[in-house]
Amino acid sequence: MDPVRLFAIARKERLQLRRDRRSMILAFVLPVFMLLFFGYAISWDIDDIPLAVLDQDHSRAGRDLVEALTAGELFHVSEYIDHHRDADEPIRTGTARAVLVIPPGFQRDIAAGGPAPVQLLLDGADANTATIALNYADAIVAQHSQAILLQGRRVQPPLQADSRVWYNPTLESRNMIVPSLIAVIMSIIAAMLTALTIAREWERGTMEQLAATPVHRLEVVLGKLLPYVLIGVLDVTVAAIAGIVVFGVPFRGSVLLLGVMTLLFLAGALGLGLFISAALRSQVLAMQVAMVATYLPALLLSGFLFDIASMPVVLRAVTTIVPARYFVTVTRGIFLKGVGIEVLWPQALSMVAFAAIGLGLAAAAFRKQIAR
Amino acid sequence: MNISWPRVRSLLRKEWRQLFRDPRSKRVVFASPILQLVLFGYAVNTDVNNTSMFVVDHDVTAESRALVDAFTAAGWFRVTGTSDRSADLLYALDRGTARIAIEIPPGFSQRLNTGNASVQVLVDGTNSNTATVAQGYAARIIQQFGAQYVPANAPAGIDLRARAWYNPGLESRVYNIPAVVGTILMLMSLLLTALAVVRERELGTLDQLMVSPLTPGELVLGKTLPVVAIALIDLVLVVAVSLLVFDIPFRGSTLALLVASIVYIVGALGIGLFISTISTTQQEAFMAMFLFFLPTAILSGFMYPVHTMPEFFQAITLLNPLRHFLEIVRGIFLKGDGLLQILPELGVLTLMATGVMWLAVRRFARHVA
Repeated sequence: MDPVRLFAIARKERLQLRRDRRSMILAFVLPVFMLLFFGYAISWDIDDIPLAVLDQDHSRAGRDLVEALTAGELFHVSEYIDHHRDADEPIRTGTARAVLVIPPGFQRDIAAGGPAPVQLLLDGADANTATIALNYADAIVAQHSQAILLQGRRVQPPLQADSRVWYNPTLESRNMIVPSLIAVIMSIIAAMLTALTIAREWERGTMEQLAATPVHRLEVVLGKLLPYVLIGVLDVTVAAIAGIVVFGVPFRGSVLLLGVMTLLFLAGALGLGLFISAALRSQVLAMQVAMVATYLPALLLSGFLFDIASMPVVLRAVTTIVPARYFVTVTRGIFLKGVGIEVLWPQALSMVAFAAIGLGLAAAAFRKQIAR
Repeated sequence: MNISWPRVRSLLRKEWRQLFRDPRSKRVVFASPILQLVLFGYAVNTDVNNTSMFVVDHDVTAESRALVDAFTAAGWFRVTGTSDRSADLLYALDRGTARIAIEIPPGFSQRLNTGNASVQVLVDGTNSNTATVAQGYAARIIQQFGAQYVPANAPAGIDLRARAWYNPGLESRVYNIPAVVGTILMLMSLLLTALAVVRERELGTLDQLMVSPLTPGELVLGKTLPVVAIALIDLVLVVAVSLLVFDIPFRGSTLALLVASIVYIVGALGIGLFISTISTTQQEAFMAMFLFFLPTAILSGFMYPVHTMPEFFQAITLLNPLRHFLEIVRGIFLKGDGLLQILPELGVLTLMATGVMWLAVRRFARHVA
């Protein structure tokens, strides 16, 4: 391998890339667009759930209960209903996601020592929001109930949970999304950018020229990759800084480790793109395949939004061959947990393997073509 | 615009043949929607089950074991590790082998009987949604467990009885799969129009069509009617799979679903047609589609609910046809809506479809002429 020839190829690729408007958009505009868009638009913080109240008791106890439920940020009272027959109306029309029904005699039942039933009707269609609402209401009502019962007796509840959230104490979805976004954006950009490069040479007929040039195929593969690695590193740097500065995501780990991991991941993802490009020879086809092979898995099967642990076994097995999955774990580990290689070594190993496979495939596909 | 039906018919025949001559396109048209449905159906899942839990039990009594059993009984948590050292707790969270950790202090059982016990719960907040749900489950379990140790003659207090409408088991797939149907329809309609038209232009066969006596209106009909037919077949396929494989309830009116789908498909076709007029190569069309589809899918309430978005983005979603269609499909599948209930959303969709189609046809006609 000759560095002069390698850099000559890299320079040629860079010039070609700079002239290609589409690739430039892919390389620089799309990542920023995606980061801002996802970072701002995706917010999964469930609060301010509209709650309708049907208070048939009109008592102090009923009002106290409503106040206890709406004291936090999760519920706010959106309307009061008068008649029992309208109890499910807000849910059907979508004006409230939950209805609290306080039956007549509520205060009397409490005073008599209970049980004093209240009903909570939930819009179960959105199961996730409903589950969170139900858990919250359950805990608040139990607390409130105990507070009433123990009033004046100065006894503590028998069992208390001392609950703490690590890494993301305020449970903001932004802290979960932004670090992993870097992984998702990288896998899309890397594969889509390189998917075009060799197919373009074929379509333009410059492949024969390249094949006739006295360069080793490894020099071609690496030379072609170099500009993209630079773009990728630049994109990650911009995304990480934007994540920290614009979105206020904590960064607790090592910059060096993030850099090394990014290079590993890029090598694999770019290699995969090159392989697709060399194997398909058509820019359109290569782009579509690259998209299906990287975008969808990175979005759905990486644990970016949806937890891998709650997927069925077969799908969980599939996620083990999705490289973005490991990179998502790495970025979250470095940004939020502040862990180092002592924890992330299994992910690092997977990414080394992925890089080796990606580059190997690319080099192999390239050789076969020239021989043809 | 005068339209001669015999000419449209022969164009339709040609389009249909062209589409199915390629065995690959048959796979794209019929197998890929089902594949997507299965992939999305299983992956887009916000249920929190089997959350890995690490237990540090300093007490080791019947009571502390009963508490751990209470955690695992409902299927929300499963124990993936235990230890008697507190340091292991954090290590398990760091390594990700557990998403939640509980520490039961020494003397737990004695304090439980005297009435001032506490348990420490640590939650891994990196996935904020899972963490919120898991924390809620943990709080409920501990609350209920503690209630058993209230003296027997104590008053019972408030009894919360919850009932979830439309989805009593609170399973996320019941909410998500109808939405996948809408997403797939949009994707198929876009792919089949935008790419097909641009490909003909690249191959030069569009020029042949232009010199034929077809009017632009006939050309648009010939290009879009087959896609409407295919999208409707896809609709039947994915709805069948949703009902049979995923066991999703279908409570509403089939007619309403059909009407809404046709309007929605026509709108999506219009967008596809429009994209084909602004792109000269398939690659450009593909990128334009990607740039359109990405925000459309994200801002539709498909993967996460509209009501949690920032207000600004919530307002933007009103312009999103997918969002309106998702409201309709979810209403029909889950709430048992009929034509009457979906009327407002259907009106919005019709308006959008007409507008987009008008714009696309005008541009297309000018392009062809």
